Amino acid sequence: MEDTIRKVLAAYAKLPVDVATLGNQTDLYTIGLTSHASVNVMLGLEDAFDIEFPDSLLRKDTFQSIAAIADALGGLVDTANV
Amino acid sequence: MSDADEIRRTELRGIARQIGEEVAGPSAADVDAAGRFPAETIGAVREAGLLRALIPVEEGGLGASIDEIADVVTELGRWCASSGMILAMHSIQVACLVRHGDTSALAAFRRRVADEGLLLASATTEVGIGGDVRSSTCAVELDGDAFHLRKQAPVISYGEHADAILATARRTPESAPSDQVLVVCEKSAYALEQTTVWDALGFRGTCSSGFVLDATGNFDSVFATPYGDVSSQTMLPVSHILWSSLWLGMASEADARARRFVQNAARKTPGVIPPSAMRLAELAISMQELHDLVHGARARFRAADGDPDLGASIGYATSMNSLKVAASSLVIEVVQKALLICGMAGYANASPFTLGRLLRDAYGAQLMVNNDRINANNAQLLLVQRER
Repeated sequence: MEDTIRKVLAAYAKLPVDVATLGNQTDLYTIGLTSHASVNVMLGLEDAFDIEFPDSLLRKDTFQSIAAIADALGGLVDTANV
Repeated sequence: MSDADEIRRTELRGIARQIGEEVAGPSAADVDAAGRFPAETIGAVREAGLLRALIPVEEGGLGASIDEIADVVTELGRWCASSGMILAMHSIQVACLVRHGDTSALAAFRRRVADEGLLLASATTEVGIGGDVRSSTCAVELDGDAFHLRKQAPVISYGEHADAILATARRTPESAPSDQVLVVCEKSAYALEQTTVWDALGFRGTCSSGFVLDATGNFDSVFATPYGDVSSQTMLPVSHILWSSLWLGMASEADARARRFVQNAARKTPGVIPPSAMRLAELAISMQELHDLVHGARARFRAADGDPDLGASIGYATSMNSLKVAASSLVIEVVQKALLICGMAGYANASPFTLGRLLRDAYGAQLMVNNDRINANNAQLLLVQRER
């Protein structure tokens, strides 16, 4: 899952640093994730994992870090597989 | 709302009306013609305590709500739109200080705003970033406890007349353009170099010239809360609520003139409905749309105050954006309809029904943060928004 998240970030987050060098807890907003880019990341994740973020997860802190994204996706992907 | 709140709200509205009748209204034509700062009106606003209205009582303010100051802005906007806009823009800055002023220095500054009646301006846009206020080129440079900030601002409304300017900047010289903070810059520690002259179609008294702001200060004048959060939770919704409340006041004045015009005609021919009365009926519909739009948004803001999940939702953000786009279009619609009703009496400058200044001011509404930019933001948010 984490590899796919990193691929989506590399494609859509428009970060000024190499995504491979990011820690799982690195604050993505501090290193330059804009609200515009975060919408594209959401769309990219929805496509990659074939899920839809519910309204309750469509908020800034869901996309704060790779770990936060993995947390959010964890619940969604499990539910989808049931 | 408690009885005390209701009394204060009625009083504040009454104070605004009195300032409008006695100061803002009589000086509005000269402020507009000369393109000058409405010093007498803002002086009266300060004297009446309205500059400190939003600050809590225990910090020397009146403890007023956004709703209450919005009523004041609406009332003042009927008399002098430039003065109403200045009070609105000042109040937006105060709201950010009250809701996010999270350092002891900012708390102390808030008290000074109340005690000394300081007027606050804003420097959010920057030369070279294309109007995107969520991106900065300039940065806060720290040297020990002191900061230095140099910002090329295409617009600082009433910059020359303010006592302090709240500016956005990157957190550090190494920070990403979107990693922004809000900084209080005080007049005693900044220099303003004027770069452009404000000579515009409307809102001429806001004196929205361009400046290079060169400021120093103590590092704890920098908000600890990231500007992105200040913006989404307070600056953006409060801006759109206070601006649209101002436009409601301008529209109300145009509506009142049109109504008087039709009623004058009706008195001359009792029993016959004047043809312009049909246009007045149409105008009443636009007025109701604008009124209910603005008051609906105020109710949504109050609800978000008690429900952080609502305030953080995409639906809330898009609705606050839609408010601005819709209200800024409706104010033009209302003034135009009023002009058709009043005819040449509305077109004439020296007439009790004159609508020229209101129409010129109204056209500014869709341009200050261009509606195209706001619709583009919403277009993107709607790609993921689920519910309204």
